[in-house]
Amino acid sequence: MVEFEPKIIGFLCNWCSYAGADLAGVSRIQYPPNIRVIRVMCSGRVDPVIVLEMFADGADGILVMGCHPGECHYLEGNLYAERRIKMLKRLIACTGLEPERLRLEWVSAAEGSRFADIVTDFTNQLKSLGPSALAGEKPDENILSCVRAAERAAGTSRLRTLVGREKKLTEEENVYGEKVAQEEFDELMEESVKEEYLRSRIYLLAKDESISIEELTKHLSADSEIVLRHIVVMKRRGLLKMDRIEGDNPLYTALEAI
Amino acid sequence: MKDKVGAVLVVGGGIAGIQAALDLADSGFRVYVVEDTPSIGGTMTQLDKTFPTNDCAMCILAPKLVGAGRHANIHLITNAEIRKVEGEAGNFKVTVTRRARYVDSEKCTGCGVCAQECPVEAIDEYDEGLNRRSAIFVKYLQAVPSTFIIDREKCIGCGTCQEVCRADAVRYEDKDEHVELNVGAIILAPGFEEYNPSLKSEYGYGRYPNIVSSIEFERILSATGPYSGVVLRPSDGKIPKKIAFIQCVGSRDETTGNTYCSSACCMYGIKEAVIAQEHTPGVECTIFFMDIRAYGKEFDAYYNRAKEEYKVRFVRSRIPKVEEVPGSRNLLVRYVAEGELKEEEFGLVVLSVGMRPPKYAKELAEILGIKLNKYNFCSTNTFSPLGTSRHGIYVCGAFAGPKDIPESVAQASGAAAEAASIIASERGKLATVKKLPPEKDVSGEKPRVGVFVCHCGINIGGTVNVPEVVEYAKTLPDVVYAEHNLYTCSEDTQKRIREKIEEFNLNRVIVASCTPRTHEPLFRETVREAGLNPYLFEMTNIRDQCSWVHIREPKKATEKAKDLVRSIVAKARLLRPLKKPTVNVIPAGLIIGGGIVGMTAALELARQGFEVHVVEKEKELGGHLRTLHYLLEGEDPKEQLSKTVKQVMENDKIHVYLGAQVVDVSGFVGNFKSKIMFNGEEKEIEHGIIIVATGAVEYKPTEYLYGLDLRVLTQHELEEKISKEEFKAEKVVMIQCVGARTKERPNCSRICCGQAIKNALKIKEVRPETDVYILYKDVRSYGFKEDYYRKAAEKGVLFINYDDERKPQATNENAKLKIKFWEPVIKTEVEIEPNLLILSAATIPNPDNKQLSEMLKVPLTKGGFFLEAHMKLRPVDFATDGVFLCGMAHSPKYIDESIAQACAASARAATILSKKALEMEGIVANVDEDLCSGCRICESLCPYSAIEMKEQTEEKRVAHVIEALCKGCGVCGTACPTKAVTMGHFTTDEIMAQVKATLVEEIKA
Repeated sequence: MVEFEPKIIGFLCNWCSYAGADLAGVSRIQYPPNIRVIRVMCSGRVDPVIVLEMFADGADGILVMGCHPGECHYLEGNLYAERRIKMLKRLIACTGLEPERLRLEWVSAAEGSRFADIVTDFTNQLKSLGPSALAGEKPDENILSCVRAAERAAGTSRLRTLVGREKKLTEEENVYGEKVAQEEFDELMEESVKEEYLRSRIYLLAKDESISIEELTKHLSADSEIVLRHIVVMKRRGLLKMDRIEGDNPLYTALEAI
Repeated sequence: MKDKVGAVLVVGGGIAGIQAALDLADSGFRVYVVEDTPSIGGTMTQLDKTFPTNDCAMCILAPKLVGAGRHANIHLITNAEIRKVEGEAGNFKVTVTRRARYVDSEKCTGCGVCAQECPVEAIDEYDEGLNRRSAIFVKYLQAVPSTFIIDREKCIGCGTCQEVCRADAVRYEDKDEHVELNVGAIILAPGFEEYNPSLKSEYGYGRYPNIVSSIEFERILSATGPYSGVVLRPSDGKIPKKIAFIQCVGSRDETTGNTYCSSACCMYGIKEAVIAQEHTPGVECTIFFMDIRAYGKEFDAYYNRAKEEYKVRFVRSRIPKVEEVPGSRNLLVRYVAEGELKEEEFGLVVLSVGMRPPKYAKELAEILGIKLNKYNFCSTNTFSPLGTSRHGIYVCGAFAGPKDIPESVAQASGAAAEAASIIASERGKLATVKKLPPEKDVSGEKPRVGVFVCHCGINIGGTVNVPEVVEYAKTLPDVVYAEHNLYTCSEDTQKRIREKIEEFNLNRVIVASCTPRTHEPLFRETVREAGLNPYLFEMTNIRDQCSWVHIREPKKATEKAKDLVRSIVAKARLLRPLKKPTVNVIPAGLIIGGGIVGMTAALELARQGFEVHVVEKEKELGGHLRTLHYLLEGEDPKEQLSKTVKQVMENDKIHVYLGAQVVDVSGFVGNFKSKIMFNGEEKEIEHGIIIVATGAVEYKPTEYLYGLDLRVLTQHELEEKISKEEFKAEKVVMIQCVGARTKERPNCSRICCGQAIKNALKIKEVRPETDVYILYKDVRSYGFKEDYYRKAAEKGVLFINYDDERKPQATNENAKLKIKFWEPVIKTEVEIEPNLLILSAATIPNPDNKQLSEMLKVPLTKGGFFLEAHMKLRPVDFATDGVFLCGMAHSPKYIDESIAQACAASARAATILSKKALEMEGIVANVDEDLCSGCRICESLCPYSAIEMKEQTEEKRVAHVIEALCKGCGVCGTACPTKAVTMGHFTTDEIMAQVKATLVEEIKA
């Protein structure tokens, strides 16, 4: 049997980790050829939407690399990346895909061997983990729809705003001059991620054809009461409408985003 | 006095000459480079790899050569020599003879058909005689200029080349031509000559084919060399099992008259041994040496790797003779090691030849009216390492004494600063602005992509099947042209790219080669010259991140290269042209550190007409130099110090802040704003550049009873004692490498050997009867310092070698200070009772470095010194624009070397300060005002304050990007809840297309 060769996408920041990868080359340190590097100026440029889209397309692993904390060429871009990845991991955990398929690492321009070690280790880890459920000819339809939902959730203004404000709220102060405790914020984040994820799933299920709460509950293995609550919010936001009623079940359908 | 002239003549087009030329041309002066050979590039073009990074020499050099070749203010005059110099500093008249080339440089395309058809062969000097070239030739493949030349001595005049030349470039009637140049200053960078090893007949060079010189071995190692990079024996083309390297051939040798040390041979010898194993695994390398002089930054770490990882064997022995073994043509090397005479056979012997002054040094000195030293290198002194004996004429590189590439480069920039200070008033008067064709409007055009895939000699082509990648590229959507090149970065390929853009009406260009970190600017310029917006270019790295790291998996590497090309094509199809914003430059500098280095940099900048702020932590200027009382070379440091301090204090362009500290730095190249804590107040200054000159400190030993026994001193403390005339010891032991070359600090502190020799000689001067013992690992008295080592030995100073297995031991028994050490020659343990034990304590990084590095966002080495942008070719630049370093902040070094770096940093800074406005990177954020909700998240996240809010309508405020401040990181775009912010050149669509194409083997239209 041919050994499984994971497909890995590496997002490398131009200044530290890309230079570290170049140094691995200059030093001729050998590592598995599974990684495909995408150069970005800063790890802070890696949009969660892109990462989830890559998973949907069958990437077995995604490696985001930036400068060590305190060494970011753009001061704190790497720390923003760290917050986003944290949020992303929460989202991925909802989908049934293994969160360890996404990894964030710091590599400096002087760490060629560290770069090679990380790539080798990640490749081996993915090999033992096996192919992604979304890789290959027949991706797992269920997980794929979950990842699509996560992707949509990652693009929502709610989650993006929260990640964007996290530093200010937890490290500096909010508009009332108060500092929000990290644990408190994490809880809010966890809840928001779960809600936006569920709403996105509802939205996508209702996109192709009208669907009842009963069916949604089955698909999502969620409580019907909660599903209804989300539907109410989504209707208010203009994301859903009641299409028609069949028997005692109203059917909902998604609206195109305005 | 005559009017000054805003032009400089650089003699010699090697790496030093080219660096000096580029710095001057980038600071607004016209530069003429007169080069003796037909092309620029010098010795570095012949090297395979460079230490200590193992960078491919050509890869890092080629962009500079191409840059010099196409610079609007650099005029290359090759195959030429200086004949006469008249006038004075500020206004020299120089007569140059341009020897007949017989090929018209305007017409020659460098296609090489003439050379293929030429029936006459000659020895190829570039390949060191290991190859043949035709009588019409170019010096090397990537030569700049790429114009061919006829070797008139060899040419038989058959006329074939003219017949076959389609460009009609051959001119048999060509004659020598005299050119008169008017310049304000002259920089000498004629380099060096290899020592001719056949003069040492005991080694049999020239008689035995399997003995080669180190520079021949570079060609053997090179992918473009005679054996395509495989190590072979010249006698039979077989791979040798064992290679011997013999060091100090023509150096440190009284029989040859070259008693100085050639400084670079230990490191290049080690490098050649390492690379030989990389190119031809399994070959065993042995280096026969007297002392390993790995004194430079990170050199000892490299030396250790050679021993441990590459198993290079090091044998401390001077080889008296080499003989050939009849039949096998192996070489018999006899040597003495551990007191025994041994004999060993090697398949190949490499002679590490030293550096000699250029052949025409005497003639040149006479024409220029400058003094040479006793070896015929250019004469300089400690405090004026770049000045010759004639005002207005400066020197850099190996002509000022044997040295390696980074030091030559630093000296070159330094000499550029000195030259510029003479003619600062004439800046810009003779410079021409490069004319570029108007940018073509490609909007609305369907993408037409051209792909250029580089072999990089065998660096890529040896692993990746390049033609296969090209064929594959041709199948990708919108790719209308693809080809492979031996070196895509060479000047002739740049021309080809421009031609192909024209021919195929390309509107997107891709190069698949090495790293965009070094080569992207070059290619962007090339496409711009062809009328395309530079951002319609993209690059993918199939060398550093593919062929080099998957050497043993050529198939997979080829597949990976295809994936990378496919994904970059997918991105390139979406590329849009971008505009480059400009920013004004504040013509002032901030120098952190007021030692001799900071002061020198300040004076250089002030002489060039710029305002300077010098911030010194102490209450007094002078730094480390204040603790020095005498120097090895004899100059008076106290006198020089007070002279320099006076000059600084009297210069009205220099503002000195003593007892002050920089507490905050904001802004960016051209526009920094810093806060200084001075006299208990915070003062704000604005400046365009920063120079870090914070020096280093002496290690406080914890070894050898230091601090426990008052008779144990450091070299500095001894110097203090001698200068106060308090020295009266009868017996002194010095121990070298205390706190350096250890597990914890693997690198050499460079200056301690010189310090020990200096103090030993001083002791012998003030108290000749004192016995001095120096216990050393290697005596690293490189360059002309070797003479002082010899002198010390002659005066009776005893040098005794020790190693880590048998370190000396110091004890204090009943108030008696005793030193026990192993004497390797007589093989006995010796115990002596000195009156003083002197420790050569390491030079360690300034403890302030960490904090400063965080404030300036610049990196440190593992050991804690500041880390420059590139160890070889950018020794005084940081990767961050507008921030420079010099002196011991970079690594330990002698005063002359620190001063050269200080001048260099000021020259590099002047390339920025001399411009009214800088053109910035075009990759910046953009706001779609209709999508923007005005939430201000981007504003709060931007680390550069590059986003401000503006009124779009009365009721709507939207984000606006200040382009000059934007660094293009993309943090704002990734955070934007409404996705209103996009990043130029890294749009979500572009990244998405690129990543998708790596996962899916097709590009969706």
